[in-house]
Amino acid sequence: MSAGTHQTGGTGSGLVKWIDSRLPVFTYLQKEYAEFEAPRNFNWFWNFGAILTFMLVMMIATGIFLAMQYQPNTMLAFDSVERIMRDVNFGWLLRYLHANGASFFFIAVYIHMFRGMYYGSYKAPRELLWMLGVIILLLLMATAFMGYVLPWGQMSFWGATVITNLFSAIPLVGDMIVTLLWGGFSVDNPTLNRFFALHYLFPFLIFGVVILHVIALHVTGSNNPTGVDPKGPQDTVPFHPYYTLKDSVGLAVFVTIMAAFVFFAPDYFGEPENYLEAAPLKTPAHIVPEWYFLPFYAILRSIDFDIWFIEAKLGGVLAMFGSIFVLFVLPWLDKSPVRSGRFRPVFKWFFLILLLDCLLLGYVGGHSPDNKVFEGVEWLKVIHLGYLGTFWYFFHFLILLPLLGIFERPKPLPKSISESVLGGGSTGAAATAKPMEKA
Amino acid sequence: MSIVSKLRHTALAAGIALGAAAASGPVLAAGDAAHPEAQDWHFEGIFGTVDRASAQRGLQVYLEVCATCHGLRQVAYRNLHDLGFTEEEIKAIAANYEVTDGPNDEGEMFQRAALPSDKFVSPFANEEAAKAANNGAAPPDLSLQVKAHAGGPDYIYALLTGYKDAPADKEVPAGSNYNPYFPGEFIAMPAPLFEDGTAYTDGTNATVQQQAWDVVNFLQWAAQPEMEARKKLGFKVVIFLIILTAILYAAKRKMWSNVHH
Repeated sequence: MSAGTHQTGGTGSGLVKWIDSRLPVFTYLQKEYAEFEAPRNFNWFWNFGAILTFMLVMMIATGIFLAMQYQPNTMLAFDSVERIMRDVNFGWLLRYLHANGASFFFIAVYIHMFRGMYYGSYKAPRELLWMLGVIILLLLMATAFMGYVLPWGQMSFWGATVITNLFSAIPLVGDMIVTLLWGGFSVDNPTLNRFFALHYLFPFLIFGVVILHVIALHVTGSNNPTGVDPKGPQDTVPFHPYYTLKDSVGLAVFVTIMAAFVFFAPDYFGEPENYLEAAPLKTPAHIVPEWYFLPFYAILRSIDFDIWFIEAKLGGVLAMFGSIFVLFVLPWLDKSPVRSGRFRPVFKWFFLILLLDCLLLGYVGGHSPDNKVFEGVEWLKVIHLGYLGTFWYFFHFLILLPLLGIFERPKPLPKSISESVLGGGSTGAAATAKPMEKA
Repeated sequence: MSIVSKLRHTALAAGIALGAAAASGPVLAAGDAAHPEAQDWHFEGIFGTVDRASAQRGLQVYLEVCATCHGLRQVAYRNLHDLGFTEEEIKAIAANYEVTDGPNDEGEMFQRAALPSDKFVSPFANEEAAKAANNGAAPPDLSLQVKAHAGGPDYIYALLTGYKDAPADKEVPAGSNYNPYFPGEFIAMPAPLFEDGTAYTDGTNATVQQQAWDVVNFLQWAAQPEMEARKKLGFKVVIFLIILTAILYAAKRKMWSNVHH
């Protein structure tokens, strides 16, 4: 194609046109972020994609400035973090933003994922979009884990020791993998060095997968609370200014809440013991991961028995990774043709139970397995809730979802988004569809 | 359909998720120790500030009592400026301590008086020396102790004032002391504070409680010297964000007013 036939950057100055005809970035932005047609009926849960994009950029930005001051050496790491807190101009702000940012990143990720699960956003044709999201989750977990090791506090060290040791459960190559992760025969300076290098690298991998995630989203278009595909322009609005503004409102609320923690309770999500420098000869009484790993940690510890020839330790590791793998294949486990939980009277309740189950597992992960759940009730230990929670998690995904797809009778779907939105005068389906919003 | 009800519905759900995440946040590592009583600290709450008179007395307690065994290596003498000490006072405090410097132009290490720019001089040359002098267990550095325990200030106050005779059914191991607030109840540190153990320069009556109170105020400042600046900036940021949110919300409503959704 010859130059000059490809003048698309309609508005804008001569320079914009000049660039756009050679590298159509402005056309792309116009097409994908301004004119891009999005369903008109998003609720506030659809804000979290934008919030997560902001969080990723915020974490990378604060992280780069922290890296300019941080020393990845076991002799210096802990003190260099304290130097950031005390002597670097606004270093405390950078570090507290980064540390609390990790927690709020996960809060947003989990809301984003549960939103996707409730409204069936993983179903055809969005399977790859969802799977890319699960890959982002895995990368995010690895990044957060390695980042938590960097301050070289007691929980950094012992968390790293416990989690890296998990890989030794893998038959044949396990020990080799652990040695490779450690760069030696215990968690030590080489471990800290490589974790720092990888902690700096992974966010950019995440950024890459996020780009793929967004490309996939822009091929299929967004899902929406009805789960019904847009039928035409009456069902959509241009992304800009409608959703740029709505996303900005949600982001501002989210950042306000985060700021309240950063400035007024900056250590709320943290483990106090991580303010003690790592001491390889002093094991803390309770080694607990950060809160966002607690449900997975609970699943890991709940397999404390051998299953046939699989030893308990390997079983726990398999269950923990399995709990994420089931998300990966979720599009094929849920066979219901209906996307949105709004029209799935049975699924709706099991979704709620799954949510509670994850919270239960979070509780289990934060307490010693042999602790009593209630004072005075001797027979009920935390581990028992762990068995129950772990069982239910896999039961939900592997048994219930496939069966629900066969046996559940979904409510009638609205014919279109606009019918569902405008409601009155149309079929009863639309009216029952959004009972919340009739109030 | 009302935007407000929709917003309320969504905010509630988000709030539940956030609350649940928050509730699972701080994990109790209580053990079997007695639960410290909550005290009413001056630095608590979003308006809390450092009680400077108390923290200044706390410095005296630290220097005269705690510093015999415990370091404070994250804090520099110059930082005492935050607590209201003058430059001259800071120089005088630092000059009481010696640091090893060098090498000089003859290649020798040498001793000199500490300067305001030096960190607090630790009582022991290194961890091994600290262990050797203390039955094999080095006394922890106090710079971050307030942040390193759940309910830090209350815990340290309870610990310092909580020494008592062991109940008859408990045998205190040699070299240990009974303190119900310490995890495991037996603590290597003997009761450090006594009535009038510190001769306060401002004439305050030095009860054990008063000394414990003052040293906790001092250590809480030492653990987070940025606290006042943080809260002050926090007000500006949060108020700004709330106004921004309101403006964005108004703009969003106006923009969406012609769209049924």
